[in-house]
Amino acid sequence: MATSSISRPQRETRDSVVIRFAGDSGDGMQVTGSQFTLETALAGSDFSTFPDFPAEIRAPTGTTFGVSAFQIHFGGGDVMTPGDAVDVLVAMNPAALTVELHDLKVGGTVIVDTAAFNERNLSKAGYARNPLEDDSLARYQVLKFDITKLTADAVKPHGLSSREAHLCRNMWALGLLLWMYGYERTATIEWLNRKFAKKPEIAAANVAAVNAGHAFGETAEMSEHMVGYVVPKADAQPGRYRTVSGTEGLAWGLVAGLRAAGIEKMVFAGYPITPASALLHVLANLRAYGVVTFQAEDEIAASGAALGASYAGALGVTSSSGPGIALKTEMLGLAIATELPLIVIDSQRAGPSTGMPTKAEQSDLFQAVLGRNADAPLAVLAPTSTADCFHIAIEAVRLATKYMTPVIVLSDGYLAHAAEPWRIPVEADLPRFPVTYRTDPEGFHPFLRDAATLARPWVKPGTPQLEHRIGGLERDYDSGHISYDPDNHARMTKTRADKIAGIANDIPLQDVALGEDHGKLAVVGWGSTFGAIHRAVQMARDEDRDVAHIHVRYLSPFPRNLGELLQRYDRVLVPEMNNGQLVKLLRAEYLIPAEGFSKVTGKPFRVVEIAEAIGKIS
Amino acid sequence: MTVTTITDAQLAPKDYASDQEVRWCPGCGDYAILKAVQKACADMGLVRERTVFVSGIGCAARFPYYMSTYGFHTVHGRAPAIATGIKLANPDLDVWVMTGDGDGLSIGGNHMLHVLRRNVDLNIILFNNEIYGLTKGQYSPTSRRGTRSPSTPFGSIENPVSACAFALGAGARFVARSIDTLQAHLIGVLKRAHAHRGASFVEILQNCVVFNDAVFEHITGKDVAPEAQVAVEHGKPLVFGKNKEKGLRLKPGTLELEIVAAGAADILVHDETNRPLAQLLAALEPPFPTAMGVLYCNPTESYERDVYAQKGAGQGKADLDALLNSERTWEVVP
Repeated sequence: MATSSISRPQRETRDSVVIRFAGDSGDGMQVTGSQFTLETALAGSDFSTFPDFPAEIRAPTGTTFGVSAFQIHFGGGDVMTPGDAVDVLVAMNPAALTVELHDLKVGGTVIVDTAAFNERNLSKAGYARNPLEDDSLARYQVLKFDITKLTADAVKPHGLSSREAHLCRNMWALGLLLWMYGYERTATIEWLNRKFAKKPEIAAANVAAVNAGHAFGETAEMSEHMVGYVVPKADAQPGRYRTVSGTEGLAWGLVAGLRAAGIEKMVFAGYPITPASALLHVLANLRAYGVVTFQAEDEIAASGAALGASYAGALGVTSSSGPGIALKTEMLGLAIATELPLIVIDSQRAGPSTGMPTKAEQSDLFQAVLGRNADAPLAVLAPTSTADCFHIAIEAVRLATKYMTPVIVLSDGYLAHAAEPWRIPVEADLPRFPVTYRTDPEGFHPFLRDAATLARPWVKPGTPQLEHRIGGLERDYDSGHISYDPDNHARMTKTRADKIAGIANDIPLQDVALGEDHGKLAVVGWGSTFGAIHRAVQMARDEDRDVAHIHVRYLSPFPRNLGELLQRYDRVLVPEMNNGQLVKLLRAEYLIPAEGFSKVTGKPFRVVEIAEAIGKIS
Repeated sequence: MTVTTITDAQLAPKDYASDQEVRWCPGCGDYAILKAVQKACADMGLVRERTVFVSGIGCAARFPYYMSTYGFHTVHGRAPAIATGIKLANPDLDVWVMTGDGDGLSIGGNHMLHVLRRNVDLNIILFNNEIYGLTKGQYSPTSRRGTRSPSTPFGSIENPVSACAFALGAGARFVARSIDTLQAHLIGVLKRAHAHRGASFVEILQNCVVFNDAVFEHITGKDVAPEAQVAVEHGKPLVFGKNKEKGLRLKPGTLELEIVAAGAADILVHDETNRPLAQLLAALEPPFPTAMGVLYCNPTESYERDVYAQKGAGQGKADLDALLNSERTWEVVP
C-alpha cells in the first residue's frame, strides 16, 4: 500500500459550534441531528438541541413549508441554549436554504447538495436564479457537493432502488459532519444496524453512506475552506450520563414519583395532540413500571379517566397542549371540588386555538393559574430544562398526593423535543414521600382535614366501612354532605385557597440563579427560557452590570419569599414567550413595577435578544 | 387475572340506602328505580365497599348520594369516562354508571359511544324520561318530534335518538330495556345486567311527573300495556297481546318485522345473541309493541381485563435504574 503523502491541515479548535441540519420533512433531518447529538455526547462535549419541524407530516417535497430542521449547539463550555446564530448550515435543498439562511452567521458555512438545486426545486423555493451560481451567497463559505450522486455511488453495491438510495443522503451528510468535528461513527453504525436489523441491505447502504461522507472529508479534493475542527470536552461533573428530552424526563419522573409515593399504579390518560402525544407514546411502553396508559376518545374523557383513577387510589395523570387543556378545565374544577390528586402536563404551543402546533410558546400560564370557572386554585409548576422535567414531575406527584390537589406542569413544545446531556440519577438517592390511604373508620368523613396541610383523606373504594359519596356539589365542612349553606360555602372557598397557599411553606425558597439577591436589575423568567436568560445575564455581568437572574419553578403558589426578594431590586424585567403573563401575575401579587419583555414568534429566545433588553435598562 | 366473587348475604335492601334524605319530586319514577336497585343489590348480596355508583349531572345523577356504597357524582355527561378510569385503576370494583337521556345521550353521547365500544365492565343504567328535568323541562335528545317545552314553544322539530338502538350501534354487548314501575321485571333486568361481563346498557323508561308526565302512558298504561309491549326472553317466541294472541315475524322477502297471529308460521323465537334481531327489536315503535327485557346479550372479554392480559401489564416492579440507564450512556471520569 502506498504511503499517503497528503499533508492534512491541522484541525482548528472551536469553543462551541452551532450546526443546523435542514431539508425536506422526508429527508430525515431529525434522525441526522439526533445521531450527531449522540456522537457529540459520547465525545464528551456539552450540547443543547432544538428540533424545528413543520406541522405537516409530509408536506409536498421541495416546498418552504415542508422544511424540517434540527439545530445543535455543542462545545466545551456550559452550553445552555441551542445557540443564537448558526455556524454551519446543511441545506439539503433550495427550500431549506431560503428558509434557514437568515440564521447563518456572516462568514458561516453552507453545505449544499448541488443535485437538489434543480429548476423544479429552485422554483418551488421561490428562487428566480440559482443562488449557487450568482453572488447571493458571497458572504458565506459555500461547500457545494453533489451529495445525491456521491451517496448513490456509495450505496450502489447494496442494490437499492434509486428512491431508497436517495433516502441515504442524510447519512452521507452526517458522515461528513462527523468527520468535520472529529467525532466517531460507532454509535451511529450500531444504531443503523439495530434500526434496520430486518433489512440488512438498507442498514449496509446507510452505513456505507455514513462512511462515504466521512471518507470524503478525510480524503477528497477539498477546497481550502474544508478544514476539520476540534471541539473541547466539557468540564462536566463526574458520573454516568445520557441524553434526555423533556418528554423522557417527564415520563421517567412520573414513574419515579409513583415509586417515591409508594403508589401501585399510574393511569395515564391522553388524547393525541401535538406536541404532547410523545409523552403518551413513551409511557405506553412502561407498563412494567406500573403504568397503565389509556388513549381516550377526547381530552375531556382523558382527564375524566385520570380523575377516576385517582378516585380509585391510583395516580391519575393526563397530558395535552393548550387547546386540549382548555377542554380539561371542567374536570380540573371537579378535581379541585372533590380534592383528589391529578397531574396535568401541558406541553404549551403557540395559540390561540390551533395556533402553531409545532411551535413553542409559554402562553398557557394564565390558563393554568386562573383559567377555570369560580375560585378554583391549584398548584402550577414549570421545569427549567429537559433534565429538570424529571425532577419537576416527581415534585408534582409529591404535591398532588400530599395536598390532594390537581397540579399542572407547564412544559412546552421546545422542552418536549429538545435534548441535553443528563447526569443519570440513582433511584436510591431520589426523595421518598409515601402516601397513606385512610382505612380507619373511627371519626371518618370524606372531608376531614389534616391540620397541617388541610388535605382531606385519600380513601380507596374497596375499604370497608369508609363508604362515602363525593361530588361537585358544595359539601359541608364538618360532615362532607351536600350543603348550600352560605357561610359554609364561604368557609370552603377560603379553605380551598388556604390549602393551595399553604404549599408555599413546603417548597424551597426562591433562589437567585445568578448574581446577588439585591441590586439594580433582576431578570425573572420561568420555564424553558432558563438557558437564554442565564447566558444573557452572565454576559451582562461580565460587563460589570448589576444584574441577577431569578427563575421561578413554582408558579402557584409562588415561593413565600418571592415578593420580598423582587422588592430588593430597582427594576424587574420579565422575558416570556407570551404577551406578558408572569409579569402581570407578579405585578398583581406584589404590587411591583415589573416590566415585561415578550417574544411570540413560536421560537425560543436568543441570548442576544435578552442581552439587548438588559442592555437597554441596566 | 382471576375474578373473585364475594357476596354479602346478610344485607337487606334498606342496608343499601344512605342516611341522606331522598330529594326527588314526589311521584318521580326515580324512587321506583332506587327501590329496584337496592332490592337487586340485596338479592345479589353486593358487597358495599366494593361497589361504586358513578353519575354525571341531572336528576338521575343524584342517585349515588342515596346509596350506602361508594359514590362519585361527577360532571355532566362524563361518568362513563370517570368510571373507565376507576376500572382501569381497580378492575375488581363493581362499578355502576347512573345516567339520563340528556347526560348520557346528549352532552355525554361521545363518552357513551366509546365506553360501549370498548366494552368496559360497567353497569350503565340510563333513566329515559325524554326531558331535561333538573333544568326545568327543556326537550331532550330522546323527546319525540313536536315536544313542547320552554325551549321549543312551537314544538321540537328534532328527531329523537333511540337509546337501545344507539347502544347496539355503538357495539354494546348487553342491551336491555325496562320500566320504572315494572318492579319485578326491572329487578330481573338489573340482575342480568350485573351478571354480564363487559358494558351492560339498560334503558329504563322513567316518568317525570313534573315536566313530562305520562309521556310513556301509551306503552306503560295498564290498559294498553299487553298490546303495547312485547316481553323478550331468550329462547321464547316473540308473542304479545292480552292472551299472547299476536306474534312477530320477518315479513317475507324483507328485513322488517310484521305482526301476525300467534299461531302463524315462522313466529320469531328470541335469540339474545343475535345482533340484527336485537336491532330490529330495539327500533320497534308504535304501532308495533315496544320491546322489553334483554334485547341483546353476547359477552366477550371486557376492556380492562384485556388491558391487564397484555404483556407486562400490572407488574410495576421493573427496575427504575435500568430504565434510566437504557440506551446509550457515557461516563465522565474525574
